[in-house]
Amino acid sequence: MSLKRLNNRIFLAGIVVLLFLLPFMKVSEYVVILMNEIIVWGLFALAFNLLFGVSGMLSFGQALFYGFGAYVTGLMVIHFGAFWFIPSILIGMTAVIAISILLGLITIRLSGVYFTMLTLAFAQLGWEIVFKWYSFTGGDDGIQGIYPPDFLGTPKAYYYFSLILVLLSVWIIRKFVNSPYGLTLRCLRQNPIRVSFLGRKVKNYQLGVYVVSAIFSSLAGSLMAGINGSIHPGMLNWTTSGEVILMSVLGGIGQFFGPFLGGGVIVLIEDIIGAYTEYWSFIIGIIMLLIVLLFPKGVLGEFSKLRRRLKI
Amino acid sequence: MDLSFIFVQIISGLTVATFLFLVASGLTLIFGVVDVFNFAHGSFYMLGAYLGYQIISYWHVNFWAALFLASIWVGILGMAMEFFFLRRIYGRAEEGGFQILLTYSFILIIDDVVKMIWGTEYKTIERPAGFSGSIKIGSAILPSYYLVIIIIGLLLVVLSWLILNHTRPGKIARASAIDREMLGILGVNVPLTMTTVFGIATALGGMSGILAAPLRSVTPGAGIEVIIDSLIVVVLGGMGNFWGAWVGALIIGEVNSFAVAYVPKWASLFNYLS
Repeated sequence: MSLKRLNNRIFLAGIVVLLFLLPFMKVSEYVVILMNEIIVWGLFALAFNLLFGVSGMLSFGQALFYGFGAYVTGLMVIHFGAFWFIPSILIGMTAVIAISILLGLITIRLSGVYFTMLTLAFAQLGWEIVFKWYSFTGGDDGIQGIYPPDFLGTPKAYYYFSLILVLLSVWIIRKFVNSPYGLTLRCLRQNPIRVSFLGRKVKNYQLGVYVVSAIFSSLAGSLMAGINGSIHPGMLNWTTSGEVILMSVLGGIGQFFGPFLGGGVIVLIEDIIGAYTEYWSFIIGIIMLLIVLLFPKGVLGEFSKLRRRLKI
Repeated sequence: MDLSFIFVQIISGLTVATFLFLVASGLTLIFGVVDVFNFAHGSFYMLGAYLGYQIISYWHVNFWAALFLASIWVGILGMAMEFFFLRRIYGRAEEGGFQILLTYSFILIIDDVVKMIWGTEYKTIERPAGFSGSIKIGSAILPSYYLVIIIIGLLLVVLSWLILNHTRPGKIARASAIDREMLGILGVNVPLTMTTVFGIATALGGMSGILAAPLRSVTPGAGIEVIIDSLIVVVLGGMGNFWGAWVGALIIGEVNSFAVAYVPKWASLFNYLS
C-alpha cells in the first residue's frame, strides 16, 4: 500500500469517526438533523453518480426511485404503524428492483440525450400520478407524521441508524465500483463500442447499474422520509433529480466521494442562504453554470488535480 | 355527443398543436442544426409571454406589434445564450451531458429572474382587438382567436418549409446538420449560422408564448410544463425532424384536447402514454 493510499485511508477513517462522534459534541438537535440530511443526500448523490460519473449515463429521473422509496415507507407507516418503518425500507428496495428492471429495459435501449429525456419523462409520469392520486398519496399535501419506531424516536438515535445504513451502502457501492463489473462500467463510459468488441453485453451492464442505482436511491428516499417525518410529491419532481445532479457535478463526477461532498455543500448552502432569500433556484442555477463552464471536474476533481501538480 | 362538439374539440386541439409546434419546431431545429438539446427552450416560451405582457401593458402598443417585438427580443436573448455560454462547451468530452446541465441551469435562472421582475401572480394578456368574440360555424361556436392561432401556425409551417427547402440560408442550415466541418471549408461562417438558428428557434418559442398568453394565464414555471410536452412531441416525431415535430404536435394536441373533455383530471397522463 503506497503512502498516499494510506494517507487517504487515515483521512477517511477520521471522517467516519467524526461522523460518529458528532452527536456527542456540543451541538444542537438541529445540527444533528442537518447532518442526517447531508449523509442521506450524499448517499442519493453517490447512487446517482453510479449512472452519470461511472457509466456515463445521465439520468434525469432518479427522483422517481428516491420518491418511490419515500412513499413506500410513508404509506406503510401511516397505514400499518411505526413497526413497519424498517421493513418498509427493505420492501421499497426490493420493489424498486422490479420497477427499475421494467423501466430500464425501455430506457437503456436509448443512449445519450434520448436516455436522459426518457428517464425524465418516466419520472414526471410518476410525479403526476403521485400528485393527482389524492385519495391514496395525499396529492399536493403529501403525508405528514411518519414516525419511526420508538427506539429511533430521537434525532440522535435516528442519526446513528441512518449513518450505519449509509456507511454500509457507501462501502457496498465502493466495492461495486472497484469490482471487475465496475471496471467494465467505467470502460463503457469511455467507449461502449469497444466494450462490446471485448465480448461484453453492454446493455446487461447498463441495466445492472441502473438497478443498483435505483436500489440505493430508494434507500435514500426511505431514510429521508424518517428525518422530517413528512414527504411530498416534490420529492419525485424533476427539480429533485436536478438537485442531485448538481450535487454530483459540484463535488466532482470523476471522484468516488465527489457527489457525497457536493451533497454536503449544497445542503449547507441551502440551509444558510435559504434563510435570506427565496430565490434559491437562481443561486443553484448560477452555481451550476459556473461549474459547467469553469470547473467541469468539480471541487474534488480540481482539488486532486492541484494535488497532483504540487505532488503531495 | 354531437358533431359540433367533436368539431370544437378538434379545433381547440389544433390550437394546442400550434403552440406545441412552435416550441417543438424550435427545439428540433436547434437539435438538428446546432446539435444541442436546449432544455431551456420552454423558458424562452415563458419569457416571450412575459415580455409580451410588459410591452402591451406599459407601452400600450397593440397585440401584433407586441408579438413582433417580444419575439425579436426573445430571439436576441437566445442568441446571447448561445454566443456567451453554449459556445464555450462545444466539443468538450461528454458534451451531451454538460449541454443538458448548462441549459438546465438556464431554466433555474430564467425562472427566478422572471419571479424577481414580475412577481409570482398570474398575468394575463387581452385577446387582440377584433378577435375577442366568437364565430359560428354551422352549429358550433368557436372563439375567433383560435382560428387566428391556427392560421398563424399554418403560415409559419409553410414559411419554414419555403425557407428550409428553397433558399440559400435554408440550404446552409440543412447542410450544417450533416457536416459542419465541410461547410466551414466551403467558406460558410458556421458559428454565425448556429447562433442565427438558435435565435430564430428561440424567437419561435417566444412567439408561441405570447400567442398562448391570452388563453392560458402566464405564470413562472410555465416553461417547465411546456418543455416536457414539447419534448414528447419532438421524441414522437423524431429528434431533429421538422415535419415530425408537426405531426407529433398534431397528435399530442388532439389527444390532449379530447382527454381534457372526457377525463380532465388525468388528461396530462395521456401525453406520456402516447
